Amino acid sequence: MKVTFWGTRGSLPAPLGTKAVRKKLVNALVKGAGKNLDSAEKAEAFCDAELSFPERGTFGGNTSCVQVDTGDQDYLLCDLGSGAREFSLSAIIKHGPKQPQTYHVLISHVHWDHIMGFPFFVPCYIPGNRIILYSCHDKMEQAIRGQNHSPCFPVEFEALSATIEFVKLETDKTYDIAGARVTGTLQLHGNDSYGYRIEKDGKTVIYTTDSEHKPQDKAGMEQVAGFFRGADLVIFDAMYSLADTVSVKEDWGHSSNIMGVELCQMAGAKRLCLFHHEPVYDDQRLEGIFNETLRFEEITRPDSKLDIVIAHDGLVLDV
Amino acid sequence: MDLNRKGVGDAVLAKACGRIDLSNADAFTTALSAALTESKTALILDLSKVDYISSAGLRSLMIAFKASKTENKGFGVAALQPVLAEIFAIARLSQVIPIFPTAREAVATLAPDALAQFDTD
Repeated sequence: MKVTFWGTRGSLPAPLGTKAVRKKLVNALVKGAGKNLDSAEKAEAFCDAELSFPERGTFGGNTSCVQVDTGDQDYLLCDLGSGAREFSLSAIIKHGPKQPQTYHVLISHVHWDHIMGFPFFVPCYIPGNRIILYSCHDKMEQAIRGQNHSPCFPVEFEALSATIEFVKLETDKTYDIAGARVTGTLQLHGNDSYGYRIEKDGKTVIYTTDSEHKPQDKAGMEQVAGFFRGADLVIFDAMYSLADTVSVKEDWGHSSNIMGVELCQMAGAKRLCLFHHEPVYDDQRLEGIFNETLRFEEITRPDSKLDIVIAHDGLVLDV
Repeated sequence: MDLNRKGVGDAVLAKACGRIDLSNADAFTTALSAALTESKTALILDLSKVDYISSAGLRSLMIAFKASKTENKGFGVAALQPVLAEIFAIARLSQVIPIFPTAREAVATLAPDALAQFDTD
């Protein structure tokens, strides 16, 4: 499988502002001074070799949308945050507007940051496209329809040209979707959320966002570890610090990098991907959290190493 | 989870040993709660003999810290091994719970009236 991240922020979009862009430019220019960067090729090579990721790029500002390429001709997405617009434009560019496609979408829950991309999901407006929205959440259809409704949006749901279907999934049951086996599980989050285990050809991707884990709930931790068991990639809500999740942000429905490492170690998972980034964190801070997570894994490593990556808009991972 | 504790003035100095994780965090929470109840002014936790603490143990500390605030008592941890200090920093607990280099410095700050007894003991 191949996983592409189109949106990785939590709560609301967090675009990079002029001030942050200028800071990156100034830093790069100072670091490149005297290096004879008189061609685009030399400048590109300098950026790649001598600037860190937050110096040369950004983690991005779109909210949750992850594409899982199962090898099937149909598309499979997890959530329709603002990143869904970027995905849909790339799909239209790839196929052209006159070649209808089928899009399967797993919706974790219906909080705004996970569905706000639907009204801007370009395939909705093109006849012949088929969009199938799946969720264990019983309010999914109501929320999606309600979002495309006056006075909040000018195009009514009924006016969308594509064929749009809603499929309610049961937790702990496995379904064949877009060439993969998909199983949903209930997660601890306000108004409920659901994680999905996606399996194909012996490989497993877990999409688990907007989920709080109580550190002292042994049974709960073991249940989650069972759902993650042996996964090749766990896309994990690491929005807050552990201290936040057991103090001021307890019961806010999110988790931490430390819980991600501990749960993946319990589960024997192979790779953890930090996801659903706190929107107030800038690129340097996210890079710092990533480096600390690498160190925490090193300190706590049992027998085998857990690979750790941090998601950014545009990241592509082979599974 | 054994928590060796003794009174120093009106405060309690408690010392934990070994590893604190999901297997013993509930007992650790209970022991901390009892130690806090015993203290009149502050609970100081010496972690010099603790070589690892998981998220469950960190939550125990946070519960004790919050309880100390409610009871208007002092709470601090002291003498963290380097690995523990790293874990506290990564978890951001070091921004919430007072940390002291030594138990003596913790007593001096949280229970200054007990310092003479601490030095004598």
